Formats: sequence, structure tokens, C-alpha cells
Amino acid sequence: MPENSLESLVGIFLIFLGFLARLNIVLTALCSGIITAAISHIPLVNIIGKIGEYFLITRNLPFIFLIPLLVISLLEKHSLTEYAKIWIAKISTATAGRLLMIYFFIRQLSAGLGLTGIGGHPQLVCPLLAPMSEEATLRKYNMVSLPYRVRHRLRCMAAATENIGLFFGEDIFVAFGAILFAHNFILKSSGIQTNPIHIAFWSFPTAFFSFLVHSIRLRKLDADLAKILGGTK
Amino acid sequence: MYFHQVYLYWLASFILFFVAIIIWKDKKDERYFTKGLFWFLYGILFLIGDWTYQLINNKKLINVTVGVLVIILSLIASTSTMKSAPFKIPTKNFVSSRDLEKKIFFPIILIPVITMIGIIFLKTNNSGYFFLFGSGKYQAVLVSLFSITIGTILGLVVACKITQETPLQSLQQTGKVLNAVGWTFMLPQVLAILGLLSNQSGMGTAISWLADSLYIQNRFITVALYVLSMALFSMIMGNSFASFPIISSGIGIPILINKYGGNPEVVASIGMLSGYCGTLMTPMAANFNIIPTVLLNIPDKYAVIKTQIPTSVSILIINIFLLYYLMRL
Repeated sequence: MPENSLESLVGIFLIFLGFLARLNIVLTALCSGIITAAISHIPLVNIIGKIGEYFLITRNLPFIFLIPLLVISLLEKHSLTEYAKIWIAKISTATAGRLLMIYFFIRQLSAGLGLTGIGGHPQLVCPLLAPMSEEATLRKYNMVSLPYRVRHRLRCMAAATENIGLFFGEDIFVAFGAILFAHNFILKSSGIQTNPIHIAFWSFPTAFFSFLVHSIRLRKLDADLAKILGGTK
Repeated sequence: MYFHQVYLYWLASFILFFVAIIIWKDKKDERYFTKGLFWFLYGILFLIGDWTYQLINNKKLINVTVGVLVIILSLIASTSTMKSAPFKIPTKNFVSSRDLEKKIFFPIILIPVITMIGIIFLKTNNSGYFFLFGSGKYQAVLVSLFSITIGTILGLVVACKITQETPLQSLQQTGKVLNAVGWTFMLPQVLAILGLLSNQSGMGTAISWLADSLYIQNRFITVALYVLSMALFSMIMGNSFASFPIISSGIGIPILINKYGGNPEVVASIGMLSGYCGTLMTPMAANFNIIPTVLLNIPDKYAVIKTQIPTSVSILIINIFLLYYLMRL
């Protein structure tokens, strides 16, 4: 085995350093890549050439983000998020856990259809989902304000629901960047041909289980809330 | 005359050049020149295609030039010039239109629907594929990008109709959003480049050697190693674009696919998703994990990560079993 390839692991160390030094992640990533390659005895000119080559290959990633923006940004001007909020606010459920479960389902489903633009922390979770969860809890337990820790737990769960729904839904959308990236990489590095539609299909089991696991946790959230707040009915 | 992938990229160039011009015209922003330059250079990079290699018969020169431009882009990105603008606060004077309320999601849904139809049609209908793209090897990426572009164009036609706006308006709005997005626009590519470059430098081989030297002959443990490494490297490097090349070339392809005959599509998919589990647990993915604590006024910076860890770890364990059983299909 080529002795010098173990040195490449230094790249991991470099990224830690960059992170600790709070350097911009783009700078950290690129410097780490360049230094790792240099330590592995690749000439600088070749390194820069490789960066260029890899950039050209991965242009489909920003492309998939950029093109739908033509439609989404136009509709955003006409308050797309406000309409999304109207639709979500129509969900009047009794508990925070159930509200988040419904949102999780919507988020995963829409991400699976490639609609990753609807949702998001500044646009939806912070102004709508988190307050709605707190509202639901206040109403259910007939309270005026929630204890500090309960409020924070609800907010964390809202944010977590958003992330998990998005991550395990978006790989189902066939044109999604990650799927095309995986397909491309496997093809270029080993010649093995894969079908992106099938890669997307095999995301279903994990997506299903993520929904199951997270729903169980949301159920537990409701049970915990009942225990903590139930006495004050 | 067949349709080439680079035509789609020229559309992206067009949009990016437009954004650059909008920013250059707005001299109020004192950093307008470098900001505009960022989008202009990105637009230039999207122009490059097979035609460039035919014109300048020196592939290495082109790659090195692109590499230099990417480094310049990164330098611009890392200075405060490209700081993402704060997200728009929802307009207080929003008046809902009953008409729009019903129709506004239609163009949004049209995009993925047309994309799916396009991809499935071009995959199954050979004459359709040949008519558009010629009789070369089937290119999955081209089909996907083509379908999503057609979907967007149709969506744009509908969106303009229901909002009574013009495509020019759409370009201007896109410019506004991109200006707000800022340097994070290049992040997926940079992390992917990190992964590919690290792999090229031998990280994949190093991982492969480590895996071999542990003398693991047990398929289950190898699967577990693959899944957990994907998560671990995503945590270290920030997202799964960076970890995927390294771990799939270190363990996924040589061992799971080649040695054990695993289904490459299963291995790829579950590998990527295991990487996502890692992304849920790392402060490097600031957009998802750290910024929400700021927005939601939660004092503990790592609170969202802590909330996500139980789900993430559970899914990792489930993924190990899923991959172990499904890879034989």
C-alpha cells in the first residue's frame, strides 16, 4: 500500500484547525484540500488544475439551486411564504407533538418532491412553527406562559423537525444534487453505472424510518409535557 | 443539431451575468465592484464546455485557469464583502389575495412534476432521447438538468401569468435573492471539491488500508464501518458532499460493491443518508444547527444539535441494518 497516502489524513486535522480558528468555511475547505494534496506530493499546478476540473464537474449542484429560483423568487415577491403560513396555520391540532408530526410529514413530502424552498428556519420555523407549538401547549394546559426550559425544548424540537424532515426527504427527489453527485462520482471513479432513479428509490426505507423514529420522539415530547404541565389544568 | 448540456449552463451564465450587472449598476453599495465580480466570474465558469476544449486544445491549461478563478472566487467569498444579507422580515402590510392563495403553489408544484415526467420519459423512450441528445451513452445528469429546466420554464410561464409579472421581473428578483444568499452559493461545490481532492490525495486509499488492516472479514462490521465513517467524516468536513468521495472510494466501492457484490445504488443512497446523519450532529453545518438557536433565542448554541443526536444515532443504527440486508438485492 502506498506509504504516503496516510499523510493525507492530515487534511482532517486542518479542517478542525480552521473550524477552531473560526475561519470562513470556504477558505478552510479549499486550503485544507490544497495542503493535503501538496503533502501528498502532487505538484501545485496539478492541484490547481484538479480544482478546476472538479469545479467544472460539480456545476450541476448550484445549477439545480439556481434555475428554480427564477420561479420561486418571483413568487416570493408575491408573498409565497405568507401563503404557506396561512396554509400551515390552518392546522389546528391539540398538541405541539402532533403539530410537529404533521409539519414533519409535509416537510418530508415536499422535500421529496423537490420543493426544498418551502420551509426554512428564518422563513417558517422561527416566525411560525415554533410560536405555533408554544401556542398549542399554552392552550392545551390552559396556561399564560411556559416555563423557560419547556419553551426552549419546544423550539429546539421545531428546529430539529425542520432539519430532519428536509434531510431525509430531499434525497427522494431524483434531480437532487446529492443523488447526481453520487452517481457521477461512482461512475467517474470506478466506471460503475448507476441509475439515479434507483438511488432515489433506495432512500425510501431510511426516509420511512426517520419518520417513525421522529414521531416516537414527538409522542414522548407530548407525554413529557403532560407530566410537567399537566398538573396545572 | 443535438442539445448539449452546456446550453443549460449558458442559461445559468445568462442569469449570473444579469445579477452581476444589476449589482454593478447599484453604486450605493460600497462593495459593489467585488460583489458583482463574484457573480460575473461564476457566470464565466458556466460558459465553459466541450466547445472550449475544442477551441483551446490544451485541457490542462483550461483546468488550471478555472482553478485560479475558483481560488479568486473563494477569496472574494471569504472576505466580508460577500456576507449573506439578513433575511427579509415578512412584510407587515401583507394582504392576502383569495385568487393567489389558491393558485400560487401551482407553478411551484409544476416544477418537480415536469421534472419527474421528463426524467421518466427520457429514460424509457429511446427515440425521444436520441432525438434530443443524439445516440451517445445515456447521460443521467443531462436528462435531470434538462427536465428541471423545462419544468422551470413552464413554471415561469404560469407564474408570470398568475402574478402578471414579466420574465424580466423574475430575473431581477432572482438577483435579489442571490445577493442575499451571497457566498454560500458556492459552498456545495467547494465541499464537493474538498472531498474529491482529499480522495485524490489518497484519503480514500488510507481509509481502505485502515479498513483492511483491521482484518475485518465480517460483512456486518464492514457495513457498520462504512455507515459510521460516512457520518463521522460529514461531521468533520461539514457535509456529506465532502465525506462521500472519501468513504465510498475507501470502503464503499472496493469492499461493499466489488468484494461483497453489493448493489451500488443501495450502497450510494444509504451512504449519502448516513452522511446526513452526521451533518445533523455537527456545528460545522451552521445554517441548520447553529443559526436556528440564534433566531429562536436559545442560549445554548448546541441545543439543536443535542436535540437531533438521538434521532440521528437511531437512524444510523437502522441504516446499518438496512444496508446489510438491502445491499444483496
